[in-house]
Amino acid sequence: MSLVEITGLTISFGGKPAISDLSLTINKGDRFGVIGESGSGKSLTALAITGLLPENAEVSGAILFDGAPLPQDEKAMARLRGQRIGMVFQEPMTALNPLMRVGDQIEEALKLTGHDGDSAVAGLLEEVGLEARHAERFPHQLSGGQRQRVMIAMALASAPDLMIADEPTSALDVITQRMVLDLIREICDRRQMTLIFISHDMRAVAALCDRIAVLRGGKLVESGAIKEVLSRPAEAYTQKLVAATRMAPRQGEPHVADKTLLEVDHLTRAFSQGGFWRWGQQPLLAVNNVSFRVSAGECLALVGPSGCGKTTLARMIVGLDSATSGQVHLEGTSYRGSDLPPARRADLSLVFQDPFGSFNPRLSIAQSLGEPLRLVPGLDHGEHEQRLVDAIESVGLERGMLARFPHEFSGGQRQRLAIARALVTRPSLVVLDEPVSALDVSVRGDVLDLLAQLQNQFGLTYIIISHDLDMVAAMADRVLVMEAGKIVEEGKPAALFAAPQHRLTRALMQARLPDVAA
Amino acid sequence: MWGSHPMTLYILRRVFGFLVTLLIAAAVIFLLLDLLPGDPARFILGINATPEAVAALRLQMGLDDPAIVRFSNWLFGMLRGDFGLSQTQKLPVAGLIAERMSVTLPLTLFAMVISVAIGLPLGILAARHRGKLIDTALMVLAQTGVAIPNFWFGMLLTLLFAVTLRWLPPGGFTPWNEDAWASLRGLVLPSLALALPQAAILARVMRTALVDVSTQDFIRTARAKGMTFGEALWRHGVRNALLPVLTILGLQFAFLIAGTIIVENVFYLPGLGRLIFTAISERDLVLVRSATIILVLVVSFTMLVVDLAYGLVDPRLRERRI
Amino acid sequence: MSWRNMLKHPGLVIGLSATVLFAILALLSLIWTPYPIADISIARRFATPGPEHWLGTDQLGRDMLSLIMSGTLTSFTVGAMAVLIGAGIGVPLGLAAAIYGGPVEWVVLRFSDLAFAFPAVVIAILIATLMGPGASNAVIAIGIFNVPVFAQVARGGALAISTLDFVAAARLAGLSRPMIALRHLLPNIASLIIVQGTIQLSLGILAEAGLSYIGLGTQPPATSLGLMLRDAQSLFLIHPWLSLAPGLAIVVIVIALNIAGDGLRDALDPRLRNRGLANVAG
Repeated sequence: MSLVEITGLTISFGGKPAISDLSLTINKGDRFGVIGESGSGKSLTALAITGLLPENAEVSGAILFDGAPLPQDEKAMARLRGQRIGMVFQEPMTALNPLMRVGDQIEEALKLTGHDGDSAVAGLLEEVGLEARHAERFPHQLSGGQRQRVMIAMALASAPDLMIADEPTSALDVITQRMVLDLIREICDRRQMTLIFISHDMRAVAALCDRIAVLRGGKLVESGAIKEVLSRPAEAYTQKLVAATRMAPRQGEPHVADKTLLEVDHLTRAFSQGGFWRWGQQPLLAVNNVSFRVSAGECLALVGPSGCGKTTLARMIVGLDSATSGQVHLEGTSYRGSDLPPARRADLSLVFQDPFGSFNPRLSIAQSLGEPLRLVPGLDHGEHEQRLVDAIESVGLERGMLARFPHEFSGGQRQRLAIARALVTRPSLVVLDEPVSALDVSVRGDVLDLLAQLQNQFGLTYIIISHDLDMVAAMADRVLVMEAGKIVEEGKPAALFAAPQHRLTRALMQARLPDVAA
Repeated sequence: MWGSHPMTLYILRRVFGFLVTLLIAAAVIFLLLDLLPGDPARFILGINATPEAVAALRLQMGLDDPAIVRFSNWLFGMLRGDFGLSQTQKLPVAGLIAERMSVTLPLTLFAMVISVAIGLPLGILAARHRGKLIDTALMVLAQTGVAIPNFWFGMLLTLLFAVTLRWLPPGGFTPWNEDAWASLRGLVLPSLALALPQAAILARVMRTALVDVSTQDFIRTARAKGMTFGEALWRHGVRNALLPVLTILGLQFAFLIAGTIIVENVFYLPGLGRLIFTAISERDLVLVRSATIILVLVVSFTMLVVDLAYGLVDPRLRERRI
Repeated sequence: MSWRNMLKHPGLVIGLSATVLFAILALLSLIWTPYPIADISIARRFATPGPEHWLGTDQLGRDMLSLIMSGTLTSFTVGAMAVLIGAGIGVPLGLAAAIYGGPVEWVVLRFSDLAFAFPAVVIAILIATLMGPGASNAVIAIGIFNVPVFAQVARGGALAISTLDFVAAARLAGLSRPMIALRHLLPNIASLIIVQGTIQLSLGILAEAGLSYIGLGTQPPATSLGLMLRDAQSLFLIHPWLSLAPGLAIVVIVIALNIAGDGLRDALDPRLRNRGLANVAG
């Protein structure tokens, strides 16, 4: 018995199709995963089912909900949504009204479907693992995970037949992500609810769903039972997605020399909370008395949940921020952060997480790439040009692209350009801040391969900052686990992940979603 | 769990900021009007004054004291309600200003109320039906309203309602204690002249703010709960959109006070503006000094009220510490 | 921005064309007007619009079209100078607040609070008391009023931009803060500032009219649209045309500028605008 039946759905904007001729059937009781990369049309599909498409969307095709076409009347459609469909969105901060207590927001959902009252709010909060007192909070007074639980409670208010979760965990950190996924699974089991789970993460879909549809560029690539599709993907694209979820642990000997390149020496960074009126406020220790060494040629990974201080630590090492106490030693130069002398800055570089924010849209690629070269004095015009060409060719792009502007490149290409900029001064140490987490799954592997190849080619030393244990296992020689500004565990990836000692490391390992093949 | 404490702190911070601004503003005015002219007594009396007359005035104004003493005398005098003596009218400045304020203040408040009562609903209406005919019509109207100088609009209103239709007096003012109804009638056209261009600004700001809010995720959440777009906009959008509108409201009050001074001219109203122009032409420094600090006080006080309203509407702001 | 891009925004084209038309008329008055504006002739006063005097004549027999051309020039000049003063002081202040933060930011914010407490009329009153009225006083009064507006727009925009990674990349490359402000922040907030500039220009033209109307702005024998309204005030009920013509000129110019500004905002970076505004409001 089908709950949602989509036939020949086409959605275009200004004549350009975003979804073309999509047909899907979702049966009652299904846990249906829709997977795709950015621009695949997976979120639009969800909006089409709920009648929430933007007004300028041109829609053709048919959607049946429980055997009946979706009502054309706005009010009737709204009531259908309210009573039979619950939705959970990606970004729980912006999805909640910032000026309203969360209890009131849940209660509003209850009232709209004819239920009433406080007892129901408390019950829903309990069902999603929160307490009754959380109802009094405003959204900004809750953590990301708690906010997403509130969203789920709100979606459950009408006891819907169908829950649509659109990337519900991608704004959350690893441990919370797993807890929210488990919660969704648990609720679906208990309530016998149909689920449409939209994600870019093959593993999350595999862990939660029993059927799957793969979308690409607005078209259905393939669909079927999850075991079938994952074990025997028929299409090349699906094969690529499945392959991208498996990162082989690093092969070969660790490339470690005895020479220490960088030493972090009792580094502490305190942030005073608030500005002028801060009497009686304890400073927040983002990095708390951290010491470690990095050998030349090593690839060291810093892992930890968001807010653990790993990014602050990296910013001090590259000289973007200054330590409150302690020092960093780089081959004989000691510094606290921003006081790193310009002459030594050429030896260090940083690759940023977000490839879209890391280039000034008003400057050509040559101008952006050439910017760090002011740290290398005495280059004449020809040498300057040669450096740019070497850098862009080393990341597998063409020299002709130097004259272009950032908006002409895809996310993966921009990340290559960001790596090229990091290499242009020929540094010995490169800090990589979540180098692939903002990229589509299918290009992540290529960028990581490039990084590994460059490390071998130029004998680079890497410090990788990440929350992705699989990526770390594939790249790193050594791992430091951070929590609340301190290093809590250290070791080689294989040994560390096989037998984690610290509570946090164990939690991170448990939060890891199982391999899709399993 | 976060009861009165953060809000109290928030209010204290804002009030402190308000007092600091006021103190610096007073210092700026003092600097301009007491120190820059060199000898204010000679400035007031003109170049033909005899040295004896200048000396007498200096003594009367206390100009032989050091600047800092004169500044603090002025400040503490104002705290006691003593704004000094007008040089030309030989009357206490406080009384003169209070008398004129009985015209200027009601005029400003009427204009404010009218512009809010017209501007906000029209802005909401336009945002609700954005892209439709009613939105376009309202925004063309607002685009025109924003461009009309309020004093010129006052002339047009006089032409229509006072000269042609003879519904309302073309100008002049009956004191409140003689015939309050007549005073009120005298303020109708001036208030409208001030209010309608401001209402156009408010409608535009309200519409933009609401359209911006309507693209936010929480509006989608509200619709997912079962509301229509209109319901979601009304229950969740308007309050969020009020935040930017509040800022503009504060600025508008300043514009209205300034506008009052100008519009008084059109309708021959005996308000603060007329008092100030006389004072300027007669070089009555004491009067100008006090009148300007009063205007600055009213404007900064409005900003303070807006800030406090912000804190009331937005729970995030109460806890921020800057 | 390319011409083709511009044509996609009809508002911009219409508003800009109308603005340019008025600007040309105004500039033309420098070298030629239908009649000299100082040409007083009681014999031909209060002429109605006709082939000889397209817009009629005033109570002194001066040609209204000539007066409006010359008055428009004054209005534009005062508004534009005030924008230059406001942007010239405000933008560097806002940028400094954004890149240095801390005490510099505190001082700029307090200064801007202070400046907001002085409406242009109050500044004009103070200046007129000290130095007498005049067009240059209007420029200073409106200019000072513009300073905090530009400072806030620049600060808000710069703060939004400076969280982006390319600014951190520039710091890694050893650029000093002023260099970063010039190379990375200013070009990316230029559109915000230009749009604000058109808004402040139209507000400035309105403010100039108000100040001249109450006698604190432009003084005879020079003329401005506001001063024409002042001159016509006492005759308004008998000869409304003398007030209607310059008033309409103001309305049309300001509408043209506002439409151009709206179009410009849409044509330049609408995303940036939203981000910038969010920051100004927060």
